[in-house]
Amino acid sequence: MKAKRLAAMLLTVCMTLSLAACGGKGSDNSDDAGTSDGASGEGGEITVQIGPNPETLDPALNSAIDGANMLITLFEPLLIIDENNEVQPGQAEEYEVSEDGLVWTFTMRDGLKWSDGSDLTAKDFEYTFKRLCDTELAAPYGETVVGMIDGYDDAIGNPDENGETTTEPDINKLNVVASEDGKTLTITLAYPCSYFDKIAAFATMSPVQQATVEDNGDSWSVAPETYVCNGPYMIKEWTPSERIVCEKNPNYNGGWDSSRIVTDTLTFLLLEDSSAAYAAYTGGEAQMIKDVPTEEIPSLTPVEDGGDYYVDPMLGTYYLSMQTQKEPFNDVNVRKALNLAIDRDYIANVVMQGTYSPAYNFVGPGVIDADPENMFYDVASDANGGEPFISEDYEANLEEAKKALADAGYPNGEGFPTITYSTNDQGYHVAVAEYLQSCYKELGITMNIDKVEWASFTPQRRAGDYDMARNGWVYDYNDASNMIELLYSSNGNNDGKYNSKEFDAAIDKSRCADTEEHYAALHEAEKIMMEDYACIPVAFYNDFWLQSPSLKGTWHSPYGYWYFQYGYIEE
Amino acid sequence: MKKYIIKRLALGIASIFIVATLTFFLMNLVPGGPFVAEKSISKAAQEALEAKYGLDKPLVERYTTYISDFVKGDMGYSLRQRGRTVSDIIFSKFPVSAKLAGIAVVLALALGIPLGCISAYNRGKFYDNFIIVLATCGIAIPSFISSVLLLYTFGSKLGILPTVGLNTLSSYIMPVTALAIYPTAYITRLMRSSLLDVMGQDYVRTSRAKGVSSFKTLFKHALRNAILPVITYVGPMLAGLMTGSFVVEKIFTIPGLGREFVSSITNRDYTMIMGTTIVLATLIITANVIVDILYKIIDPRIKLK
Repeated sequence: MKAKRLAAMLLTVCMTLSLAACGGKGSDNSDDAGTSDGASGEGGEITVQIGPNPETLDPALNSAIDGANMLITLFEPLLIIDENNEVQPGQAEEYEVSEDGLVWTFTMRDGLKWSDGSDLTAKDFEYTFKRLCDTELAAPYGETVVGMIDGYDDAIGNPDENGETTTEPDINKLNVVASEDGKTLTITLAYPCSYFDKIAAFATMSPVQQATVEDNGDSWSVAPETYVCNGPYMIKEWTPSERIVCEKNPNYNGGWDSSRIVTDTLTFLLLEDSSAAYAAYTGGEAQMIKDVPTEEIPSLTPVEDGGDYYVDPMLGTYYLSMQTQKEPFNDVNVRKALNLAIDRDYIANVVMQGTYSPAYNFVGPGVIDADPENMFYDVASDANGGEPFISEDYEANLEEAKKALADAGYPNGEGFPTITYSTNDQGYHVAVAEYLQSCYKELGITMNIDKVEWASFTPQRRAGDYDMARNGWVYDYNDASNMIELLYSSNGNNDGKYNSKEFDAAIDKSRCADTEEHYAALHEAEKIMMEDYACIPVAFYNDFWLQSPSLKGTWHSPYGYWYFQYGYIEE
Repeated sequence: MKKYIIKRLALGIASIFIVATLTFFLMNLVPGGPFVAEKSISKAAQEALEAKYGLDKPLVERYTTYISDFVKGDMGYSLRQRGRTVSDIIFSKFPVSAKLAGIAVVLALALGIPLGCISAYNRGKFYDNFIIVLATCGIAIPSFISSVLLLYTFGSKLGILPTVGLNTLSSYIMPVTALAIYPTAYITRLMRSSLLDVMGQDYVRTSRAKGVSSFKTLFKHALRNAILPVITYVGPMLAGLMTGSFVVEKIFTIPGLGREFVSSITNRDYTMIMGTTIVLATLIITANVIVDILYKIIDPRIKLK
């Protein structure tokens, strides 16, 4: 009997405690809400959703687009990219390039400050760029952004073919020198890079404060107190997996017009689920969301028709990789047949609901040419007799595909081995795979779909453990080389193991200081790979999002970023 | 009794150890790795990262290092969320999940027990049928459907409840409801069948025969015995709600442990997988041990072997 009473008491105590805990904590949190959701200050507040919780907001470690989107709001590199996608002065007020294109001298603005109020100089950039080649840090974009700087190989220890270092890595070998007064930064390149200005505007090149980073290690970038930045906004509060609240950086001085930065609070909701994002938008909690549920798309009104649904190109290509070194894909006619049997218009506009655009070339629209007024896509098509490389006439393409397959020795697909298409199960990938299956059936080819979980998919594709695989690339900077070089024989992302001497020669030729020559060589390279059907371009990426008409002053860039610093709410 | 408790605790610790060991080796058997991205990182960078986190060492050595660090209370750094330690992440998210699950359990008990009683008391009548239909629906509808329905109705269409996070009292309504539906329905059914069973017992009949009102018989004598299976269920339910709230946490953007648990696996964040698995396993095993002990105290008829 005693024992029973004891047990009953225990239970009661447990229940009361849990109730008390709920009540107490609940009211604490409602107080917090007062600060984060409460009455808007003078400059109001904007709430947006551009992605889930960022894995890192350390500029050197980030490799995600949504992470970079936050970084361009929180930081400012030497140069910035403006509304018209042109490079403008950022923390550097001007820069000069030597005759041979190798020495880039940046002159810093006067009175630059970190968000904590301390001075920011060219020396901070020197530290930042050297930090990017630190093998201990393993910055995923290190090679992309500082690989062309003189001394990079020594800085990373001259790795041999197997990636083993042959000398002691020394980041101070990187040829980046800040003047004693911290006013100028001189960068010497190992080979000419005509687009280094765009690189200098890349989020990865954002300066980080040496003292903070060294005192706090990797953890500097996770707490608002130690997150020292230099952009228009700074982090006030970060609730992982829920929201990042940013406030205007009072010490900001740089390329953006401070008088136009009017909103006090900018909140990134870190939503993972598209229906949650949609509810936040329709419920009025967010004024802009990037993750629109695909099932809602048919019912949305495009902005052209007075609605709030936007579709805008983003620099990237959805393509398919084939094992170009293996049977049967080592036959150019097979690759041609697989390339031409697809109705790209149908994929982009029906299968993918118009959220992608059909890709008839490898390099898509929005990528600029030698003359920034011209687009690479148009120049390529003009040179090709006014037509893109792959005809838009699907019926004719299909006939040609059947003929090519017969030429390869497989009339009506007879004798053609069953092939496997590998893809991860996200977005439209499986729907596209099923469509491809039906296309290839027309040719008499049986294709199986192998759905692979994301974490296994990329290593599998990189290892070449597939027949055909989904692939895609989003540009790091607005230069066609970033896409075309994916097929360079030694490129780490050449998943189809494409190897053509002519193609490689054209790419080699493109690595020069002269802009005209650079683009001429890239056009040549694109022509070679398209005529050789080195991969199967399917669609060009678009960003699609919902934005309330009350949110003004923001813009979307083809890099896949939204610029919020000039954003404001107009009732 | 003491001997029994010690034995149960020892068994519990052994189970946790087995879970940890199995998880460690299984997760390393799965292809893929934590440093995977659409864009390849250089081999040197990959190796530097592996060396930094000790992933370049042989599996057995990594296992022994992990276990000895763990015993010292060090769960290491998350491999994906750079700069955050596993214990930081777990201990910042655990209270959120625990609070949510706690409220849901209280709600489920507060609703499920009376509903079950009403149903049993009115056996075969309208109320019984009505409650049973509701309870069956509650068990059959998965949380991702109920969550999305709630979100759509109250967050999106009516716009009367906040949809993101747990910052105000009203923001608890939807996630708690979504979490509590299943256990409420389950407890209702459990309570009903258990009470019906008890009501058929001799002592209940005796009590009725002695002229005690049926209401008093039900609540004074039958209920105390009928509630036993519900108590057994509370422990596992609490643990299950904490681990299984992944969907609800994702839809309502609640920074809880359930999401970390699932995403650590898809991300191959080895240290996080180990950390969350061990914590959650400990939780489930502890809940079961406590229930076993309470059960023994409440019902001495139960023999412990």
